[in-house]
Amino acid sequence: MHHPPTGPGWADVVITLLLAVALAGYTVGLLRLWRRGVPWPVGRFLSWVMGVAAVGAALVGPAADAAHHDFAAHMAAHVLLGMLGPLLLVLAAPATLALRALPTRAARPLGRLLGSTPMGVLAHPVTAAVLNVGGLWLLYRSDLYALTLVHPGAHLLVHFHVLAAGYLFSYAIVGPDPAPHRPGPPTRAVVLVLAVAAHNVLAKTVYAFPPTGVPVDQAREGGLVMYYAGAPVEIALIVVLCHRWLGPAARSRAAGRVMARG
Amino acid sequence: MAEETHARAARAPSRPRGPPLLAGVLLGVGAVAFVDEAVFHQILHWHHFYDRASTAAGLVSDGLFHAFSWFATVAGLYLMARTWRERAFDARRFWAGLLVGVGGFQLYDGIVNHKILRLHQIRYGVDILPYDLVWNIVAVLVLAAGIALWAVGRRRPRRSGAG
Repeated sequence: MHHPPTGPGWADVVITLLLAVALAGYTVGLLRLWRRGVPWPVGRFLSWVMGVAAVGAALVGPAADAAHHDFAAHMAAHVLLGMLGPLLLVLAAPATLALRALPTRAARPLGRLLGSTPMGVLAHPVTAAVLNVGGLWLLYRSDLYALTLVHPGAHLLVHFHVLAAGYLFSYAIVGPDPAPHRPGPPTRAVVLVLAVAAHNVLAKTVYAFPPTGVPVDQAREGGLVMYYAGAPVEIALIVVLCHRWLGPAARSRAAGRVMARG
Repeated sequence: MAEETHARAARAPSRPRGPPLLAGVLLGVGAVAFVDEAVFHQILHWHHFYDRASTAAGLVSDGLFHAFSWFATVAGLYLMARTWRERAFDARRFWAGLLVGVGGFQLYDGIVNHKILRLHQIRYGVDILPYDLVWNIVAVLVLAAGIALWAVGRRRPRRSGAG
């Protein structure tokens, strides 16, 4: 073992600190822009705050504690940590904020990273969907979930993966943050529909065939939570994608400029 | 600027052909899925979240159907809004598309999901034959009405949009 097992107390402190840093970092960036007179939508700031809150609720506090004992609560936390939280964080466009707020010396490597080929492969919708939904299939359809119940390190790693893969997926599908290699909306729509389908099917198999170590009634409840609580977030992803693709702004972007009409 | 205006003018006449029909089909698919979930699952409780008799292929088909129906609803609404915005809305083509979407997907659900893949049945503990017949005959009638409505207008010269 490379590192000693982490007690829940320790992990909670570290996670809370990281969330505080995320909140503070975004706020500092925002204040820098505003001091320079560069506008930044308040909605994005609110989205970041709510995203951090959703992730926090899933990881620390009473809901997170309940998730350790009850599989349905675990699923609710999964929706917050892997779906709702990441979508809200992505919509806050943190990379764009960093590119504008950081000094050029620091912003340039970040821009290069976002435009690099490895990043293009990692953040391709197909890669992101496989990491995201594929990771969940691995978690619930192998003995991995049972392992996370007894091994705190595995538990933390799975949490990190669910959050990171959820973020990567939202960013690949709708992200306002720049992604030079991102394919066009039709490809993203197909990947999104397939990923939602895979999520739906997984929810039904969780309902019908409980993961190792989960009682039957809890698995049923958990499957329903996964399906019905996940749906609003999936529909939100579809709305954001369609809005950018088919909405009024898309038309004017294509035309090159907004035409004022009487 | 002049180039753009010219491009818009040149593009405008060809645009109305696609969107109203497609918007209708997509919204039709969305409507069937909505009725399926709201009426048959939640209100009547005839359909179940999971059916032991269902095959793996049936689960995949159902998952795809629901995922696509959500996408179809949203994309259909956006397309319809766009045809309104561009004054390319054509009620007949829209309704033709809607009926084709409703009938086509109900038929798919009734034949492929219920019968071939045995995903779930329309209702349990009853003689299923009348239910299947009503379900699929309604689907065929709606589909036929949609195709007829679409074909009728093709023979007549189209009135241009609300311009």
